[in-house]
Amino acid sequence: MEQLSIRRVYVWQLPVRLYHWVNALVVLALAATGYLIGRPLAIANASEASFSYWFGTVRFIHFVAAFLFFFNFLFRIYWGFVGNAYARWPNFLPFRREQLREAVDVLKVDILQATVTPLDSVGHNPLAGFTYFLTFLAFLFQSVTGFGMYAAMSDSWLPRMFAWIVPLMGGDFAVRQWHHMMMWFFVLFAMVHVYLVFYHDYVEGRGVISSMAGGWKFVEKRQK
Amino acid sequence: MGAPPLTIWEHAQLQGYTRRDFIKFCGWIAAAAGIQSNGVAQVVKSLDTKPRLPVVWFHFQECTCCSESFIRSSHPIVSDIVLDKISLDYTETLQAAAGKQAEEALHATMKKYRGEYLMLVEGSVPTAEGGIYCCIGGRTALDIVKEAAEGAKAIVAWGSCASNGCIQASHPNPTGATPIHRIITGKPIINVPGCPPIAEVMAGTIVHLLAFDRIPELDGLGRPRAFYSRRVHDTCYRRPNYDAGLFVESFDDENARRGYCLYKVGCRGPVTYNSCGVIRWNNGVSYPIQSGHGCIGCSEANFWDNGPFYQHLAAFPGFGIETTADKVGVVLGVATAAGIAAHAVSTNIRKRKLIQEEIKSSDTSGDSKKGGA
Repeated sequence: MEQLSIRRVYVWQLPVRLYHWVNALVVLALAATGYLIGRPLAIANASEASFSYWFGTVRFIHFVAAFLFFFNFLFRIYWGFVGNAYARWPNFLPFRREQLREAVDVLKVDILQATVTPLDSVGHNPLAGFTYFLTFLAFLFQSVTGFGMYAAMSDSWLPRMFAWIVPLMGGDFAVRQWHHMMMWFFVLFAMVHVYLVFYHDYVEGRGVISSMAGGWKFVEKRQK
Repeated sequence: MGAPPLTIWEHAQLQGYTRRDFIKFCGWIAAAAGIQSNGVAQVVKSLDTKPRLPVVWFHFQECTCCSESFIRSSHPIVSDIVLDKISLDYTETLQAAAGKQAEEALHATMKKYRGEYLMLVEGSVPTAEGGIYCCIGGRTALDIVKEAAEGAKAIVAWGSCASNGCIQASHPNPTGATPIHRIITGKPIINVPGCPPIAEVMAGTIVHLLAFDRIPELDGLGRPRAFYSRRVHDTCYRRPNYDAGLFVESFDDENARRGYCLYKVGCRGPVTYNSCGVIRWNNGVSYPIQSGHGCIGCSEANFWDNGPFYQHLAAFPGFGIETTADKVGVVLGVATAAGIAAHAVSTNIRKRKLIQEEIKSSDTSGDSKKGGA
């Protein structure tokens, strides 16, 4: 058996890691409060409206988290232009031939669980990168539809910028419906994402999980 | 016909109204059109100097509920508008003439006041199979609406039928029912949705046109901002219950008796733009939510397709009417969790050898290089 030597690579810069965890927290908050807004708990009791405001608070948390989410998202778009090689946009649009080939390898490793030669990428593998691109589209969709609905109760310029989506989708009802359905994409994504991170960490032993905390990954030396 | 047409004020004098009556009327209609008090002088001036507005009112695919609503307008009293201040030259529901005389009256107005008359349309226009699903006097609605729009100064689309198609445009829309703004282009079109619209909203829209001779400020969907800029939810007197999280769970529960928010039994107030909460109905007596029933969103496009009415979330397309996005989501979530579990088990079986090898190789090389965390 050949000797394996390990090299450390600083993959995720601090802004990327911060973005990731802020995003994880606000998406969690948004999904939880959003679900509650769509389906409020039946905790009503013989009470007068003037004594409580819990549903208003849930909505307030949703809106505050939405603004955080949106600016965090904008920041990540910006960082895709100025960050290190692993943070840049080409990682999310893997259409070069070798990237496509590797995406097929990833499918073999993840789904068919075949054993192939170790993957080349150090940062996102091409399939993961593209999946994140899809989540960016989902982020965009949620931002536009969310602010579009919010525009009706706000005079501020930011939500008003998205008011056009409401007539385009045929009214607030449809916008709300789509916004709600898309929430489930985030739930499913989070489940698969967290699982796959554990899976890759377990199978490859490159420290994928800790990389999002410290930024370092561990790569076999024979690789470029 | 040589003399200039009488102005509205001259006409009022003929009918025996005093100046005082006339000024009072101007105040009313200014209020109805949502004009602030310092604009009343402008209303007076324009009614003093303007002749009566020639109006033709068409009925196509509709139930006449818009007309029924309109004639119940109390501020200003509709007879004042219809009979005195506008010249309603054609309307199937209210006119005395029928058949040939009615058609003649219509064409006389369209010819004489070409480019000046106001065209009011109640009902959608069927476009399937050449428009044969709605014919008047042997001509299709499509034909009539195009001809009349040609010489109209502006068009008002009354009700949800004319502004978004309403029930006859709901899925599968067999007659190809189409709202007016999808048929006519190049003319100012005011959409006044609702099934029916509130009488005072209709009157207010007409009054604005009458008094200012230009269309009121419209929103992105062509609706007058004065009446459609806020959601029913924002002006609902039950709103504090919503913010407090006090909801009616079913129509026969204690919460319903207490007048809690109807959100969870399908109220469309949060997604519906209308003035019901402010102007209310039947001379301001009540509106659906006040009477204990959720808003069904009758002034919104596609409201018939956004069912069921008594559910907050619509049916998920293709999964039957009881299935909401949440049910679909939960099923997908459970399926995903099951898939993950199966994958985890299979990983430990199929990759066992690989992982064992890696552990072994790391044992042998562990000292030569600093390991991971």
